[in-house]
Order: sequence, then C-alpha cells, then structure tokens
Amino acid sequence: MEAKSKKAGATRLCCLCNLRRPVLKRPKTLQQICRECFYEVFEEEIHQVIVQNRLFKSGERVAIGASGGKDSTVLAYVLSELNRRHDYGLDLFLLSIDEGITGYRDDSLETVKRNEVQYGLPLQIVSYKDLYGWTMDDIVKMIGLKNNCTFCGVFRRQALDRGAALLKVDKLVTGHNADDIAETVLLNILRGDIARLSRCTSITTGEDGPIPRCKPFKYTYEKEIVMYAYFKKLDYFSTECIYSPNAYRGFAREFIKDLERLRPRAILDIIKSGEDFRIATTTKMPEQGTCERCGYISSQKWCKACVLLEGLNRGLPKMGIGRPRGVNGDHKKDTKKPGPAVKSIESKQCGSLDF
Amino acid sequence: MACNSTGCESGCYDREKDNGSKIVEDAVVTQESVCVKCKCNEPMTFGDGGSEDGRFCAECFRNNVFGKFRLAVTSHAMITPSDNVLVAFSGGSSSRVALQFVHELQIKALKNYEASRDRSLAVFGVGVAFVDETAAFPALSTEMIDAIEWIRSTVSSLSPPAKGLHVVPIESVFGSDSLDPRDRLVKLLDSVPDDTGKEDLLLHLKMLCLQKVASENGYNRLVVGSCTSRIASHVLTATVKGRGYSLSADIQHVDARWKVPIVLPLRDCVRQEITRLCLLDGLKTVELACRSQSGINDLVSSFVALLQEENPSRECTIVRTAAKLTPFYFNKIPETDDSNVPMATQRRLKRFNLKYDGSMTTEAFCPICNGPQNISDSSELDYFEEGQESDALYAACCSSCRFQILPQDGSSREQFGSFLPDHMISQVKHQKVNSQAYLREKIKDCLLLDDEEVV
Repeated sequence: MEAKSKKAGATRLCCLCNLRRPVLKRPKTLQQICRECFYEVFEEEIHQVIVQNRLFKSGERVAIGASGGKDSTVLAYVLSELNRRHDYGLDLFLLSIDEGITGYRDDSLETVKRNEVQYGLPLQIVSYKDLYGWTMDDIVKMIGLKNNCTFCGVFRRQALDRGAALLKVDKLVTGHNADDIAETVLLNILRGDIARLSRCTSITTGEDGPIPRCKPFKYTYEKEIVMYAYFKKLDYFSTECIYSPNAYRGFAREFIKDLERLRPRAILDIIKSGEDFRIATTTKMPEQGTCERCGYISSQKWCKACVLLEGLNRGLPKMGIGRPRGVNGDHKKDTKKPGPAVKSIESKQCGSLDF
Repeated sequence: MACNSTGCESGCYDREKDNGSKIVEDAVVTQESVCVKCKCNEPMTFGDGGSEDGRFCAECFRNNVFGKFRLAVTSHAMITPSDNVLVAFSGGSSSRVALQFVHELQIKALKNYEASRDRSLAVFGVGVAFVDETAAFPALSTEMIDAIEWIRSTVSSLSPPAKGLHVVPIESVFGSDSLDPRDRLVKLLDSVPDDTGKEDLLLHLKMLCLQKVASENGYNRLVVGSCTSRIASHVLTATVKGRGYSLSADIQHVDARWKVPIVLPLRDCVRQEITRLCLLDGLKTVELACRSQSGINDLVSSFVALLQEENPSRECTIVRTAAKLTPFYFNKIPETDDSNVPMATQRRLKRFNLKYDGSMTTEAFCPICNGPQNISDSSELDYFEEGQESDALYAACCSSCRFQILPQDGSSREQFGSFLPDHMISQVKHQKVNSQAYLREKIKDCLLLDDEEVV
C-alpha cells in the first residue's frame, strides 16, 4: 500500500488541503500531507494548547529555556511566530544555561547566540561555574558517569530560576515534548515516585513558587518537532549530551520508541493515563519552605542543590544521592564554612544576584 | 567478612591483617550453610539464576509463599466458610499454585470441621473452571485434547474434598441459543482491526465466560491466580493504552464489580517464587501457545523482563507504586447482612475494609472491558442517536476500547455490535449514559439558546 502510493505520488493528494502533493507522513496521525499543511497543523495545534490551557496573559515577560537543541529552537521560532500572528502581546527572551560541558555545551551555545540574531530575541546566559563554582566537566571528573544527570538536573532547575529572576520575567517556558513527558510518567511508575507522578503531567508547574513554568509542547511529538525543524531548515545543534548514555531514562526512551512504531497514539495515551491516575490529594506531598543556606525554595532544610554542592566541596560525591540516612544526611552537624573553592555567590538569595 | 573474627579458626584474620585485602577462599568456606530463617535446615538452591537463591530451606520457602497467600485470603475475607469458590485454571504455574493452596485451605477446613464437636463452621466448596480457546486458536485443537485430559486427572487427584470441574468452550459466552457460536466468535474477532485490541477482547470474553460458569453453577467467588509479575505488566499496559483512570480497579486483591467477585490471593507473590514452588512440590503445568507474537502486550512483557534483569525487584516497585492509587468502592467484598454468613466473617469484613472513595457513586462502566469511566471521558461525546445500536455502543465505551476494539466506520461497528455477547449489549442499554447530549435531550424544551451558543 505504502510503495504504491509513493510511486503514484502524482495522483495522490495531501489529505488535508487536497491541492498539493503529500511529502510526508505525519508521525502523530500517519496522515499523508504536504509541507504547508504540516506547518499549519503543527502551529495550530500548539496555538490551541496555549489558548485552551490559558498559558499566557497579554503583557507578560516570558523567558524561553534555550539549549540550542531542536526542542528549544523550534519553541523559540514557533512562539515568536504565534506571538506575532495571534497577538499574544508577550515580551520574549532567550535564557540559556552553560553547564560547562566541553565539546557539547560550548558548541550548542554558539547556536543559541545565532538564534538570538535570527529570531531577534534578547539572550541571557547563566553558567554553573559562576553560580556554583563547578562545571559539569569538573563534577564528572569527581563522581564518574553514574548519577551525573542528577547533579545537572538539580543545578539546572535552580539556574533557570535565577536566570529568570535576572531577566525579571513572569514566566519560563521549556521545550519538554510529549515524548519527554511520557518517559517521565513511566519513570515515575518504575521508580515508585507517586508524588512526582501526580505533578509530572501538569502543563504549568511552580505557580506557587518563584517563577511558574509551562510546557507548550506537552502534546507535540518529538518526531514532529524534528520534522518541522528539518523542513523549515532551522538552525539547531543536534548532538546528545556526552555524559548521558548511562541514564536510566534510556530504558523508558527505547521502550517508547518501540511503542510508537506499533501505535503512534500510545505516547498521548501515556500522558492521558498520567493525568487520569487516581492519586489522593491527601497523599503526603512535600511541604514547601526555603533553603537555610541560599533561600531557594525547598521542602527540606537545605535545597537539593546546596546538599549536592556541599557533597562536592567536601569530597563526598554520594551525599544527597539515594535514600536519605537521617534528615538531610549529616550536614546539619557541620557548621564549618564551605571551602575556598566555593564562591560566595551560592549563599546569595535568589533574585538578588547582580552580574 | 562473613566470619566472626574472634571465633574464627581458619586464620583469615591474620592473613587480612597482613595484606589488608579480603580473602575470597575463606569467605566461601564460611558462607551461609543454613537457612537464614530457621537457622537449622540446609538452604535450597534452585540454580535458576534468580535472586535470593540458596538462602532459605525448602520448608521456610514454602511457608513464606503459602503465608502470603493465607494472609491475603484472611485479611480480605476472600474465602469464608459459607462460600462456594471457583478457581480459574489455565494450566499455567500461577493458577496451579492457586489451586493447590486453595485445596490445602480446604483440607484444613475439613479437618477442623471433622474434629469440632458442634460442626458449626461449614467447609467452603471448591470448583475448577477451564476455558477452552480452541475456537479462537484452531491450531491448538490437538494440544487442547491432551491438556484437558491432564486437567481432569489433576483435579480428580486433588480430593478429598472432591471438586467439580467445568471445562467450557469460550464460545459458550454467547449463550446456548446462539446459532453458530464458533463462527460468531471468529467473525467477532476478525472484525477487530487492531491486534492488541483482538487479544484484549478475547481476555474480556474469557472473563465473561468464567462469570457465566460461576453464576450458573452457584459459585460466589472467583479465584484468579494473577501474581505480582502479571500485575506489573498490567500496570504498564494499562498506562500505555490510556487506561490510567481504571487501573486501580484492576490491581487490588478484590474486584467486586462483577456479579461473582474476583479475588487475587497470589497478588503478593512474584513469578519466580511460584515457578520455584512448582519445581519444589513437583506441581506440573501446561503452557498452551495461545499468545500471538506481536502487539503491545508482548512488547510490555519484554520490557518488564528487561527491567527485571537490571533490577530483580522492579516488578514489586511497579506494583507498589500502582497500589498507592486510590481504589474504587467495589474493591472490597461487599458487606452483607445475610444470616448464612457467620458473625465472625461479618466482623472481619467490617474490620478489614480497604480505604475507598467514600462516595458510593455508581460509576459508568465500559460494556466491553467493564472499566469504570471518568466522567470527562463520556462527556467528550458530541452526538447521541437513539435507536442506532452502534452509536450507542460507541457512546458507552471507554476511549481505549473505542480506539483498539471498535471498528472505525459506522456500518462495520453495527455488524460488530451484532456479534457481541448479549451481556455486553445489555450493558449498553442499561448504562446511565453521562453525556452532555443525553442530558440535553432531557431539558431541551426549556433551553432558550441554540446548540453552539451554549458553553
């Protein structure tokens, strides 16, 4: 059936507009459509997600988490396009995090700098080195290739919030796509994290925190994002993080790729399941407070970033990894000041940083 | 170091002092040679490459598995003296163990009955049911004859007390007055476009079949041998098919949404334990090649097997996570004021009630999979035409069955509906359809605005 329609391409028409020749099969629905219709349906679906979930308000300053990868590049492109086309009235910015990974991040940052020019969006870069005194290269040298994603993820979350505070934005948007969210749902089931399971499908999170974040690509397939970037010839950096091969998420990712081949809609079905899980609201949710050391939001006495940093600075790479032994490990008893390698920037309150 | 250095006579302590490294040979000599539980018998080694091998003796291992079974039965009041229990038997290891354990409980109850002076507590009845799926898998017909023969002899060996055996062909789900049930089954399955949908529909039909056997023969409990491993796979398949809402209904110890409540006494045992127990006790099993090789269910099983290799306790973590989801009001044996039920049982039912959703809301159930439906699901409906069975069927089904089981176009759907067992169709008619359009019908003479303008 497939081969026949490819050969007889001249006689088949795009099933949406019935005018042009189809040039692709839509990953989400397997419809055979032309480029123009693909752009239209791709952009329109995202616009509908934004409108139906009331993601933005006119006049808001919004930072786009930009890594230079396909998700954030397409996000920046589509968001500025929709902002113009539908008059969202938003002030858009690019916010990039430099984790200090040679041969990966330094290259992708060049891409973001080009995006700044191409899309006309002001760029802010925040680095782990300045913020924490450690680059990911340094961290991996110390702790090896297991658990490094934990460090990077925790540090990045805080780095984004601090960057957003610097830009004085009202909201942060990230390029998390449907595949990412489906993977996270599966991961949380596999790892027994019911609290995270109840939060991970929310399109907007952190509304009661410093900066709310939202994911306009929640229902957008990764394959379609790649397709869009490919056809539009968007400038993006396409290598995987050099430290990621051992991540547990890889299991879930492989499984979802196989699943998508059998049944494309399964990705959305996983997200739907995640949204529908009957999780009692009285389920023990972490109570929100602030970190004693840096003032960032935290459910424990010290925020995770501070715990991990303390571990790094004291040469205890396992601190903060795995199940806690006591409350917040044993750092409470330590009243010594952190070592000289640590800059004083870490103890500054979130939002009070000057560059 | 396994040895206690002060009492050790092998001299390893001195050697360790010398070169500061762990001496492997001595560790082997002083390895556990007693069961870690009772500390007297020799531990069993199954040599199957699984976890916890060589730690427990045969007796402690067995007691552990049977203990989990018995705890599940008593704490959920699964089997009580006045009950008549039907054990769903597939020939596989889990159902074989379930049958064996139920039999042992029955023997004990019989012993107590005969020993007691007043004979107050009756012995519960046990029957066995096997569903013959030859109509769906014609290639199995020769294998099936041998399998059924073996099942008959196995069940008759499990007496006293004697147990009734019910071998039912799957097409009996259509009732005795159906014209050509085998042909109807084939037509029904052929009209399902999706492979996974076909597999799942067959499972639903099998359950209906078991329910029919149970209620027609006076049983009031259906024992299903699902183990932790099977439930872990089910958690993932349900998630992947968009059935997150109804998942918590399927994985509890008790499922009373059916006429004959289903109980899962082996829910807390992993497949490895069950396989080992079959080996230990010489319990024979038969595996019929009923599964197809493609589809989502198989993909998930392979995925779980892969995860298990990486971490042998992953299945348990999956089930533990899913167990934190809120169950439904029907996930417990219903309390009863029946005078036949002993007072002790009634008290136990009250005491061990699972936490449930508080409100005794009548959920809408999908006529095909019997899954409870989220209200928002059924309000997605944008049309409801009375008199058109296929559309009523579409309206009543959950979104997962709509996609993977129902044919896509109206006329095939109508034909499909005509092949379905009567029981499923009657569900459609009697269901309280919670759709916008249905409610609109009721109040339309009082509405002032048009369709599109109403929010």
